[in-house]
Amino acid sequence: MCRTVDLQQAVLARNDDSAQELRTELAARGTIAVNLLSSPGSGKTELLERELALARERGVPVAALTADLATENDALRLGRSGVPVKQVLTDGLCHLEAVMLRGHLDGWLPEEARLLFVENVGNLVCPASYDLGESLRVVLASVTEGEDKPLKYPTAFGLANLVLVTKTDLAAAVDFDQAAFLANVRRVNPGVEVVLTSARTGLAVGALLDRALAVLAGEPVHRPVMARPAGHAHQVPLVEHS
Amino acid sequence: MHEMSIALAVIEQVERAAVEHGARGVESVRLLVGELAGVVPQALDFCYELACADTVLAGSTLTVESVEGRARCADCGHEWAVGMPPDLGCPGCSGARVELLGGRELQILQVRWAADPVLARADQEG
Ligand SMILES: [Zn+2]
Repeated sequence: MCRTVDLQQAVLARNDDSAQELRTELAARGTIAVNLLSSPGSGKTELLERELALARERGVPVAALTADLATENDALRLGRSGVPVKQVLTDGLCHLEAVMLRGHLDGWLPEEARLLFVENVGNLVCPASYDLGESLRVVLASVTEGEDKPLKYPTAFGLANLVLVTKTDLAAAVDFDQAAFLANVRRVNPGVEVVLTSARTGLAVGALLDRALAVLAGEPVHRPVMARPAGHAHQVPLVEHS
Repeated sequence: MHEMSIALAVIEQVERAAVEHGARGVESVRLLVGELAGVVPQALDFCYELACADTVLAGSTLTVESVEGRARCADCGHEWAVGMPPDLGCPGCSGARVELLGGRELQILQVRWAADPVLARADQEG
């Protein structure tokens, strides 16, 4: 016996299917998920803390799930905003997968929550490949990470629906070349919106919440070129050879 | 390193197919990997070999066929190799309606079955 079979299966089909189911389940209850990706130390937790506090002030029901390799510091920080926060430890796994996320939401996600912010594991490589059932994918980068970040992590930046630049209060101190950064983002993701923020000065704090609420209200989301494959074959029937 | 998760997903799907086909061993697996898929082939190779141990895939070889990233502009019809890091803006007209023709593939193309697990058989012969 020596035969071959053309499987023609997407390797991540199970994750993609599970993500789609989660998106549908969330939509049915009037909730959307926002997937936040960044490198460690990007200031993502700090900004999210401000956005969650603002949501609470405005009476927008939100919840946040934060994934970490090992520590629980992020949950403590986000918990200060007064909104429901859940910490998930991935035990060394470098990204969240849709099945894991669904398991963590089960029995926890408050019924009234309209926005679910998911703080992915701090890493711009692995989480990029995994759809979590989000309706808005946000990539954050701080000015201290340099202008060429989008070119070093083209899959992450290329699949973002929205890009947030954090810590812009430090831009002058680190000689951040804003024009070069924007050109690099547009090279891998033409047309994506880039918002300059600073949790310290309050610059554009609330932009993330506003964009998420717009998506919840049904406004169209930017569709990256990388997410627009022409004639993508997902799964075709088995073909046997002898 | 998510190549381990990718390797495990490949193995899981091949294992399921092996049961469906009554196969007891796997000779080789062919994968299609786009250059924009965010996968490092060498890392995948390493993880695959580790993760195959004690499965029906033990001793099988992994062949990776890479796919170049290509894009086409719906406005002016220009088609180009996007390169790495990719340039996804249309060099012809800077139009906004660009679509990706290839480059994000991550697919199992083909599996070649063996009569028995390749490693076990090698042990018996040796
Ligand atoms: Zn064009």
